[in-house]
Amino acid sequence: MEKMGEEIKHRKVLQSGETSNRILTQAREGEGFCQIMQLFNINRVIAASQGIGVAQGALDKAIQYVKERKQSGQPLGAFQAVQFRIAEMANRVEAACNRCYQAAWMFDHGKADPKLISIAKYLGGKVGVKVANEALQLHGGYEYIADYDIERFYRDAKIVEIYEGTKEIEKIPSPGSY
Amino acid sequence: MKGPKRSKKYHRPGVIEKDVKKENLEEMDFELTDEQRDIKKAAREFAEGMFPEVAEECDLNETFPRALWKKACDLGFVGVFIDGAYGGSGLGLLENILIMEEFSRVDAGCAGVVLTTLGSEFILLYGREEQKRKYLPGLTKGETIMGMAITEPDAGSDMASITTTARNVKDHSVINGNKMFITNGSIADFIIVLCLTNENEKVKSKRQSAILVETNRKGFEANQLKRRLGMRGSDTAELHFSEVEVPSENLVGEVEGEGFYQLMAVFNRTRVTVAVINVRVAQGGLEKAIQYAKQRKQFGSPIGSFQAIQFKLAEMASWIEAARTLCHKAAWMVDHGRIDPKLISMAKWFAGEVGVKVIDEVVQIHGGYGYLGEFGIERLYRDVKLAEIVEGTKEIEKLIIARELLGRG
Repeated sequence: MEKMGEEIKHRKVLQSGETSNRILTQAREGEGFCQIMQLFNINRVIAASQGIGVAQGALDKAIQYVKERKQSGQPLGAFQAVQFRIAEMANRVEAACNRCYQAAWMFDHGKADPKLISIAKYLGGKVGVKVANEALQLHGGYEYIADYDIERFYRDAKIVEIYEGTKEIEKIPSPGSY
Repeated sequence: MKGPKRSKKYHRPGVIEKDVKKENLEEMDFELTDEQRDIKKAAREFAEGMFPEVAEECDLNETFPRALWKKACDLGFVGVFIDGAYGGSGLGLLENILIMEEFSRVDAGCAGVVLTTLGSEFILLYGREEQKRKYLPGLTKGETIMGMAITEPDAGSDMASITTTARNVKDHSVINGNKMFITNGSIADFIIVLCLTNENEKVKSKRQSAILVETNRKGFEANQLKRRLGMRGSDTAELHFSEVEVPSENLVGEVEGEGFYQLMAVFNRTRVTVAVINVRVAQGGLEKAIQYAKQRKQFGSPIGSFQAIQFKLAEMASWIEAARTLCHKAAWMVDHGRIDPKLISMAKWFAGEVGVKVIDEVVQIHGGYGYLGEFGIERLYRDVKLAEIVEGTKEIEKLIIARELLGRG
């Protein structure tokens, strides 16, 4: 199955059916949904960090490139339009990163906050896609070919907006959370 | 958007619309002519019938669909803007982009078959009569493919800084240098190459000339660029010129030093063509998203019943409509001799961004399925990004707009 990004990870579609040795991870049946919600509290923070990591990596590469690449006799980084974009990208990464740390810290201290976790996940995904897109744009034609890493970053970033709850699901309020 | 502009008055109280007398007004007519409608319909039928079976293969193997290109030429879809005397249909830019739109709606990579005439605008606008007779007819007959080589490894947006040189030796030009990201580079029979000819000229933009180079010349080498993000059915290559000799008559235009200005005129046409690729890829994606939103059920109802999805679809359709109208207007004005580089640049960056934005939402609406290759959505996600980069990045388009707004100073 050809996938857009994350080529390293191979997954198989799980076949539904009776398993010969049923193993329950809890005392009673019927608690799976509550358990998965708790699991999502962890996985969503991890997914958020993935988006942020991709964004940070893409930002680092963009900074390096705009310092080296010269057009009209100056490095790209000397143009204000480019400087502002780098500044915006860095701001986004910083904001998303702090939300993610906060969500993780609260979880570790027994104060898991699903609203905050959803915000962190939403931001992480959005920032990953946005910053990877900007980094690609700054590299022009060079990033469109795979010799450079950002073409891959661009493809990889999108999944964070989809798995562990789409970014739309992160926006649906859970009762009493607002 | 037909020739002589006739339009209905916007509104007259108490008069049934169809009874309103038509008046001859200098206004834009948003209706296509019957001929334009027929072209659009034929292009749609061709794309829907022929593209799906080759699109995925071209993307995976990064091959140009040669048989498809021949067929498109046979049916008269390629180079419609070329004069009848040189094998074309003598139509305009608008008709060309109508074809491009319908092709891109099915697959942007396959739509690259229309781009096999890239650079022919140089010959049409500035070529000598014998050049037109020699090089243009083959393009529409499916005999030859061409390209134009402007970008270099170190000169992209800063086009006036190219370093590929052409020096005159007796009745020949000798070309040396490298070109990068050249569409049709490894499949073209001849290429228009922007070269430095008047190095000592004070004005930077008067130093270049456009020279036609046949790709079977000694010293010419093309390497296809592999593993591009998208548009993999369309060929892109890096070119090397090592002491490539061409006759002096291969110069486009009467005198050297006009290449840069010629190129600007060519871009006024090719930019609109590139812009519509994204408009229609977005349209194709939107149609898929609408269909999916009606079928896919979550929480007991189709996802299209949720306002969050409805609003997304409404926004996408609005963006597409705005981008398309802008492109059509830009093309219509070129066809009517009222060329407006500002408007063309607006159409190019806006359509580029709309394509990226809409397809992002299309992937989003499809969720995990959008991320999988077999649904054809992830290919759209990769294809649309190119229009924000080629024929002037969207940043360059904004620079042109800003210059027109603020004056050149």
